[in-house]
Amino acid sequence: MTSLSNIAGGPAVTEAGDEVVMRPPTERGPLAWTRRNLFSSWTSGITTGVMVTVLVWIGYRFLDWAVLRAIWTLPGSSIADTQLCRAETAGACWALIHEKYRFILFGLYPYAEQWRPTICIAAFIGLYVVSVDRRLWGWKIAAVWLAGLTAIFILMRGGVFGLRPVSEDLWGGLPVTLMLATFGIALAFPLAILVALGRASETNPTVRTLCTLYVEIIRGIPLISVLFMASVMFPLFLPEGLTVSKLLRAQLGIVIFVAAYLSETIRGGLQAVPSGQYEAAKSLGLGYWRMTALVIMPQALTIVLPPIVSLCIAFFKHTSLVMIIGIFDLLNAAKRSIGEPAWQGFGAEAYIFVAAIYFAFCFAMSRYGQRLEKRLKRSR
Amino acid sequence: MRSASKSNRRPIAGAADLRSLALQAALVLGIVALAWFLIDTTLANLRARGITTGFAFLFRPINMPIAHSWLEFVPGIHTYARALLIGILNTLTVSFIVIVAATVAGTLIGIARLSPNWLLARVCGAYVEMIRNVPVLLQLVFWYQMLLQLPSPRNAITVVEGLYISNRGIRYPTLIEAQGGGLALGAFALGCAVLVALVYLRNRFGSERLKSRSFLPAGVLLLAIGPAAVLYLSGTRISPDVPELRGFNFVGGSSLAPELSALVIGLSIYASAFVAEIVRAGILGVPKGQWEAAESLGLSRVKTLRKIVLPQALRIIVPPLTSEYLGITKNSSLAVAVGYPDLVAIVNTMISDTGQAVEGIAIIMAAFLTISLAVSALMNWYNRSVALVTR
Repeated sequence: MTSLSNIAGGPAVTEAGDEVVMRPPTERGPLAWTRRNLFSSWTSGITTGVMVTVLVWIGYRFLDWAVLRAIWTLPGSSIADTQLCRAETAGACWALIHEKYRFILFGLYPYAEQWRPTICIAAFIGLYVVSVDRRLWGWKIAAVWLAGLTAIFILMRGGVFGLRPVSEDLWGGLPVTLMLATFGIALAFPLAILVALGRASETNPTVRTLCTLYVEIIRGIPLISVLFMASVMFPLFLPEGLTVSKLLRAQLGIVIFVAAYLSETIRGGLQAVPSGQYEAAKSLGLGYWRMTALVIMPQALTIVLPPIVSLCIAFFKHTSLVMIIGIFDLLNAAKRSIGEPAWQGFGAEAYIFVAAIYFAFCFAMSRYGQRLEKRLKRSR
Repeated sequence: MRSASKSNRRPIAGAADLRSLALQAALVLGIVALAWFLIDTTLANLRARGITTGFAFLFRPINMPIAHSWLEFVPGIHTYARALLIGILNTLTVSFIVIVAATVAGTLIGIARLSPNWLLARVCGAYVEMIRNVPVLLQLVFWYQMLLQLPSPRNAITVVEGLYISNRGIRYPTLIEAQGGGLALGAFALGCAVLVALVYLRNRFGSERLKSRSFLPAGVLLLAIGPAAVLYLSGTRISPDVPELRGFNFVGGSSLAPELSALVIGLSIYASAFVAEIVRAGILGVPKGQWEAAESLGLSRVKTLRKIVLPQALRIIVPPLTSEYLGITKNSSLAVAVGYPDLVAIVNTMISDTGQAVEGIAIIMAAFLTISLAVSALMNWYNRSVALVTR
């Protein structure tokens, strides 16, 4: 019986209640747990044995490389002497990160001004944390975001309040990644809502067709071709003399791409709102826009919050594609940090460092999404 | 809802219709004006930069070497059109390999995540979380970097004699035949066709007893012995072509270049984590009672999974798996980051050569929309075949 409940539930999703009921009261304690979960049958025993062996072997090899034989700093000099890291016995060369972490995090941003992107990163994280608070949801959160994003933009760009102006060409690293992702989603949101409403529109076939075309075409092609389009084709659309910076073009491409996916998710939410809600709103005498803004949209958005979080994770990761069109984002900074001949060959260290940063953001988001999903299920 | 809102509007239909019509007309006019403005400025810009329009360039020769190609390609002689065809073939190759690998690995990992063995489930869970939360492009450049850091051919890792791994890729032995290769391939294709037909006929017309019999032995016989017999009878002599080190590189055999290897490894690992989640969700979507009923019939866990749970889970799995496959196809365009000439990479080169960005993007769109539609159609067909048949 116990094994059965385990099969159906699985550790990751076990609904503890079932198991406790089914488990005979005598089987308790760590030994019983081990027998039940690691050695329930001879196949399970063999699996456990093989897994332990492999894990210990990999774990040891990794620890040996990353910690025991690792080189953390190099003897100080202006030109890095990486011979130490190239010795046969040397493990991971974390000295690369020690030397280059400011470059990887902030790119070419002027060294003396790097407190500004640091504050921006903190502000971004602050915005994410504040957004988790359900009491603020609604107009308040929109206001907080508008203020926060404006402040971040001014801080990065400078030129006012006595801040030294810093050209967009010098922006790089983590702030650029956060900016592309956050601005991408924030700007795509209103557009996505309009497109979703347009696609759901019954009275306006022209709008519906246009929105459908937009969504299906964008979803049919890879992000990288949208980015190419933004970087190569977009300048052709503009009249003579009008230019848009490379970063802004990439940002536009991302917004256009994100909005197509986001609008499909929101449309799913619109369809999930019971028709009684539409009818009730109309019988109260609300017009289309007031009905949508006050009754339908709040419910629809609540329903699709978990998939929206998944989309946010996906697009956060996908911003790394801007590297291909030459934007200096976090991944590109890591790639360029090992471009110097002295540091060539230490890709693993740079990429693991950057992967850890991406992981921290995405993992936090996915945990939040799971919690949200559970809470929404409970409240329904 | 649809009918409700329509009937609600009925009494004031005239006014609402008129307003909606006016709105639509205004919208169409606005779009046309915007499009005209964009096209006009674009054409003016193109003229100013001396860029021609149209697809005539497709039939001009291209001066770019292509490293990985199924077709013969000589720079300066073959045309852009041929380069594009090679790009499409490469995109399809990568997508196909990755889809197969990710499906197999993802299914196993998804099932293992639900294993009663705590350690196995946890390790697979950690794998999925780790892979899912790191950008695919980062993983690609990581694997590419790792593969390039392998020892040179002179110090290549010898897996077994004849199979070498070095920074020039994986070198493996092949078979070369003097003649009759096409015949064997034909026999193999014929065997496949006969097998598919047999399975179809069995499922359509066969008795219950016949349906429960496995066709696997007959299939192996058809697919292995058929071509072998053809080869023998046609008098073909096959000789192995084993790579050997000569100078600085290997000679003979065939090789999987680091670009393709990194792309396939990176994309497969990334996609496998997503497939695993889809499979896990599908299995969890099958009611618990099915497990309990199967166990009370005395079926083993593996049998329960294969005969009872997975067939039902497939219904839940297929739709999200379809979009995952589409995602894989689109992700294959990241080939450009590791220098593998897929469709997007080749179009990219084409755009920088000719400056004809509009045409290039149009080609990418057309190709990917076609692939997307084909995959969707195939998966919808499969979905119908596994769908619940209700009386």
